[in-house]
Amino acid sequence: MTFMMLMIPKGYEKAAPGTIPDREAVANMMKYNESLQKAGILLSLNGLHPPSEGARISFSGGKPKVTDGPFVEAKEVIGGYWMLQVKSKEEAIEWASRCPAGEHETIEVRQLFELSEFPPDVQEAVTAQRSRAGQ
Amino acid sequence: MTAIDTHRSDAHKAIDAVWRIESARLIAGLARMVRDIGVAEELAHDALVAALEQWPESGVPRNPGAWLMTAAKHRAIDLLRRNKLVERKHGELGYQLEAEQMAAPDFTTSMDDTVSDDLLRLIFTACHPVLSAEARLALTLRLLGGLTTAEIARAFLVSESTIAQRIVRAKRALADAHVPFEVPRGPELAARLSSVLEVIYLIFNEGYSATAGEDWMRPALCEDALRLGRILAELAPSEPEVHGLVALMEIQASRSKARVGPKGQPILLLDQNRALWDQLLIHRGLAALERAGKLGETRGPYALQAAIAARHATALAADQTDWERIAGLYAELSQLAPSPIVELNRAVAIAMARGPAAGLELVDALTSEPALENYHLLPSVRGDFLFKLGRLAEARVEFQRAASLTRNSRERDLLLERARISE
Repeated sequence: MTFMMLMIPKGYEKAAPGTIPDREAVANMMKYNESLQKAGILLSLNGLHPPSEGARISFSGGKPKVTDGPFVEAKEVIGGYWMLQVKSKEEAIEWASRCPAGEHETIEVRQLFELSEFPPDVQEAVTAQRSRAGQ
Repeated sequence: MTAIDTHRSDAHKAIDAVWRIESARLIAGLARMVRDIGVAEELAHDALVAALEQWPESGVPRNPGAWLMTAAKHRAIDLLRRNKLVERKHGELGYQLEAEQMAAPDFTTSMDDTVSDDLLRLIFTACHPVLSAEARLALTLRLLGGLTTAEIARAFLVSESTIAQRIVRAKRALADAHVPFEVPRGPELAARLSSVLEVIYLIFNEGYSATAGEDWMRPALCEDALRLGRILAELAPSEPEVHGLVALMEIQASRSKARVGPKGQPILLLDQNRALWDQLLIHRGLAALERAGKLGETRGPYALQAAIAARHATALAADQTDWERIAGLYAELSQLAPSPIVELNRAVAIAMARGPAAGLELVDALTSEPALENYHLLPSVRGDFLFKLGRLAEARVEFQRAASLTRNSRERDLLLERARISE
C-alpha cells in the first residue's frame, strides 16, 4: 500500500515568495527522512515552494481561470510530502507520529488509489489489453 | 462490535504496525546479547505480549522501540534468574544484561551503527547456508519481514504448521551448528551475500510470478522483498550487487499494475499498457542501477538483469525496444552466470531482433537440456516461434505441453488459449 504524508504548516499560506525552510528544521527533518530511507519504505519526498509563488486554476463554467498566489481563502496549504510504501494505514500513522514536526505543523495521511480498487470495466478500459491472437 | 472491541482492535492494529517497524531491530539487538536467535525471538515476543496488554490502556509510547527492548531485557533477566541450572556463562550474561539495562535504558542512545550492525548480523544469520532455501525464506520473512506464521504460510501456499515447524527446525539447525551471530568477512562475504540476495529475490519472485496457485501475482510479497532489499542497500551501500538487485526489483515492480488484467489474467510484457508502468519506481530502479555502476566494478548478474529490465523500462513502446542491446546483455550474463534459462531469454531477444527463425535455432539447442525438462517456458517460447513461422500444428503441441507443466492456473489458461488458436 502506498500512502502520502502531507505536511501542513500553519502560516505557510501567508509565506512570502522566496521563503525557504529554516536550517534547524531542515537538519531535524534530515534525520527523520534518513530513518524512513533506512526502513526501506520511503518512495519519494519533496518540499514545495510557498503558495505565494504558485498558481491555482479553477474551472467554473468549464473555462479554466488562473489565479496567482497567495490564495486569500486558503486556510491550510501543503508544505511538502512524503510517499511511503507500508502495509497499513496504521503503519503510515505511526511513521507520521515520529516526524519531528513543530507546534504549528500537521501531517495528513492519505492512501493512494490502486487500479484494483476500481470496478472491472474501468480497469479494462485503463489496461487496454490487446489480444495476442493473429499477431 | 462494541465500542470497546473496536477500540481494542484499533489499538491492536496500531501495535501490529509498531511491531512491523521495530521487530527486526529488536530481535537483532537481543540476538547479539543472548547469542541465540530462538531465544531472542522469544524474548521479543514476550515484549510484544506485554505491549498488547498495556498499550491499549496507556497508548503507544513515545519511543516504542526502547519500550520493547526494555521489556525484553526485563524478561531476559527474569528467565536467567529462574533458571536453576545457571552456568557461569549465563551468570555473566545476566550481569551484563543488568549492566546494560542500567546504563542504556533508552534504545535511541545506542548508536545507529550498533543497530545497523545487528541487523546485518541478523540478515546474514537468517540466510545462512547451513539452512535449506525454504528455511532461509521462512526465517527471513519471519525475523526480518515481521510476517506472522499465517502470512508466510499463505505466501507459499503451505499450512501454518509446516511453516511453524520449518522455523523451529531452522533455529535448531543454527544452534546445533553453533552458527555465530556475526557478519561474514573477507573471502566468505561474497558467497554469503550472494545467499542473502538470492533469498530476497526468491521472495520477490514468489510475489511477482507466483509459481503455483490461483493468483498471478502476490504484490504484498514483492513489497516485502523490496523493503528488505532497500534496507540492505542502506546497511551495505558499497556492495554493487545489492543495488543491482534493488534496481531489478524496483523496475520489475514498476510493471505490476500493467501485468494483471481485471479478471486476474496475466498480460505479457509486450502487450502491457506502458502508461500504467510506475514511473516513480522506474526512476528509483534506474537510480539504484546508477549507484551500482558508480561502484566501479564489472557488472554482476543482478546489475545485468537490472540493465535488461531498464532497457524495457525506457522504451516508450514495445516496438521501440532495443532487442540487439538486450541480446548483448543476455550474452554478457551468460558469460558470468551461464544457465539454460539465460540462454532461453537470449533466444527470445535474438528472435525479436532478427526474426523467429534465429530464435528457434537457439531454442532447439536447448530442448535436450535436463535443467529445462520441466520448465514450462521452454515449450511456451518454442511454441511462440513456431506460431510466428506459421508452423501452427507444431506450435499447438508446444503450447499444450507448456500448459501441462505450469503449476499456475492463470498461466495455464493463457497457454491453453494459445494452443486453441494455433490452427
